Amino acid sequence: MKLSGSTRSAAVSEGRFARACLLALGLAFLALFLLLPLAAVFAEALSKGLAVYAAAVAEPDAVAAIRLTLLVTAIAVACNLVFGLAASWSVAKFSFPGKSLLVTLIDLPFSVSPVISGLIYVLLFGAHGVFGPWLRAHGVEVIFAVPGIVLATVFVTLPFVARELIPLMEAQGRGDEEVARTLGASGWQIFFRVTLPNVKWGLLYGVLLCNARAMGEFGAVSVVSGHIRGLTNTMPLHVEILYNEYNFAAAFAVASLLALLALLTLALKTVLEARGAGPAGGPGH
Amino acid sequence: MAQAAHRGTPPRVIPGFGLTLGVTLAYLGLVVLVPLSMVGVEAGGLGWAGFAAIAAEPRTLHALAVSFGAAAAAAAVNAVFGTLLAWVLVRYRFPGRRIVDALVDLPFALPTAVAGISLAALYAPNGWIGGLLAPLGVKVAYTPLGIGVALVFVGLPFVVRTVQPVLAEIDAEVEESAAALGATRAQGFVRVVLPLLAPALLTGFTMAFARGVGEYGSVIFIAGNIPMVSEIAPLLIVIRLEEYRTDAAAAIAALMLAAAFALLLALNCIQAWHRRRVGAP
Repeated sequence: MKLSGSTRSAAVSEGRFARACLLALGLAFLALFLLLPLAAVFAEALSKGLAVYAAAVAEPDAVAAIRLTLLVTAIAVACNLVFGLAASWSVAKFSFPGKSLLVTLIDLPFSVSPVISGLIYVLLFGAHGVFGPWLRAHGVEVIFAVPGIVLATVFVTLPFVARELIPLMEAQGRGDEEVARTLGASGWQIFFRVTLPNVKWGLLYGVLLCNARAMGEFGAVSVVSGHIRGLTNTMPLHVEILYNEYNFAAAFAVASLLALLALLTLALKTVLEARGAGPAGGPGH
Repeated sequence: MAQAAHRGTPPRVIPGFGLTLGVTLAYLGLVVLVPLSMVGVEAGGLGWAGFAAIAAEPRTLHALAVSFGAAAAAAAVNAVFGTLLAWVLVRYRFPGRRIVDALVDLPFALPTAVAGISLAALYAPNGWIGGLLAPLGVKVAYTPLGIGVALVFVGLPFVVRTVQPVLAEIDAEVEESAAALGATRAQGFVRVVLPLLAPALLTGFTMAFARGVGEYGSVIFIAGNIPMVSEIAPLLIVIRLEEYRTDAAAAIAALMLAAAFALLLALNCIQAWHRRRVGAP
């Protein structure tokens, strides 16, 4: 049964050559499928020089798209933050029948194609939708207007905060809150002074992912937006229009802003994970 | 508010049950459940015959076949290379490992439209990669192959992120015992490590597949969108909607939702299997 040192290492870890090959193959795949597309965004954006880049980003339609994206994202993140806190509080601090079904339903938007996420609101609020005639009679525009874009974005990003907080709050149990309660704290005092500080990194993690998806959502927003320049175009839709007009340098210039946002998101995500947020801080630990 | 909700349920020490569950159910109902049920209502309005006629249209069938086929192929590629990447990240130490690890999540963070135009530019006949492939007679952009490339991009993190933690938990002892019993390194991986990874690998594959079936933004720029060739199902929904054939759009959406729910159910079953295999903590 005795193994010499060399047999042991050769048996439970690959030889130096095999390691180098596997590492090279893995990194080559990553470079080809992830790094190259990322690099291409910046290369294409700057291909016509800095002046063209600056003009594309500062153009009024681009600025309007950036404004709309920020507005829609702010509303969607705020709504889903409140929802995530309410959902995780009820799921993690209490037991009730149908809890696992509720958790499954919260994750449901992740299983729905973005196009269908837009379609469902067209079916509800579109010209031929259930509430379409009523909305038109009252002069309220939802589809091909900002409210529709907000709704579609809210739908698509709904699970992010809740799915981060639920396992975190479940892992922390309800001991701290019960102690605070017996010491006379009110519900809101418990929430702000005990629970919120306990989950702050996980909360930020969920908000970060929610924000990234909200700013970059394309399919769902594309269906409900109507692509009206300067009015209902978000940044990703503006990129699409410029690209389809063969205005590649401008399309990639606006796209590069979104790529920078993605890189910033990844960097902050790594920082938050080092503080125990995210999958590593989940219920497995 | 929280006090009022608490009064009816004295055994609960922590307040806020009525308020938070009420908000959760109302929000979920209004934002998710009622709108989603509209797909069933609209498609149901067609009646069985009308629904079947749209489902059996050659263009519908072809779009569904392209979406499901390309998603399966891309998920298979990701199952192999995602496992390889997870292996490299867990088992090897090399400079820049943390950056590579963070970069794996890029497809989660990069907006799909940005990935879509970038991949289209890369693989176009005059692009960095397309230019290299063109002399070989290989066309990627504007063909079903391009759809596969986009879905590999989108699905990669699902496999890496489900396999990686399981791989990290596997005890070196099981591999050592296999080696002590005379297994070669390759046998050790195939007979010992791979069965332990199987549930996670299958979870990652299914998640990548499910995401790929519904993917839209990263695909439409590179696909060329030729009906009966490289047209994906989500795009056909958009086209039907633009033609004011809302019921046809809803019918295709209903088929895709049914598939998505079946995949969700399959995922739950795989995860139950996974928990049994790993053992409850």
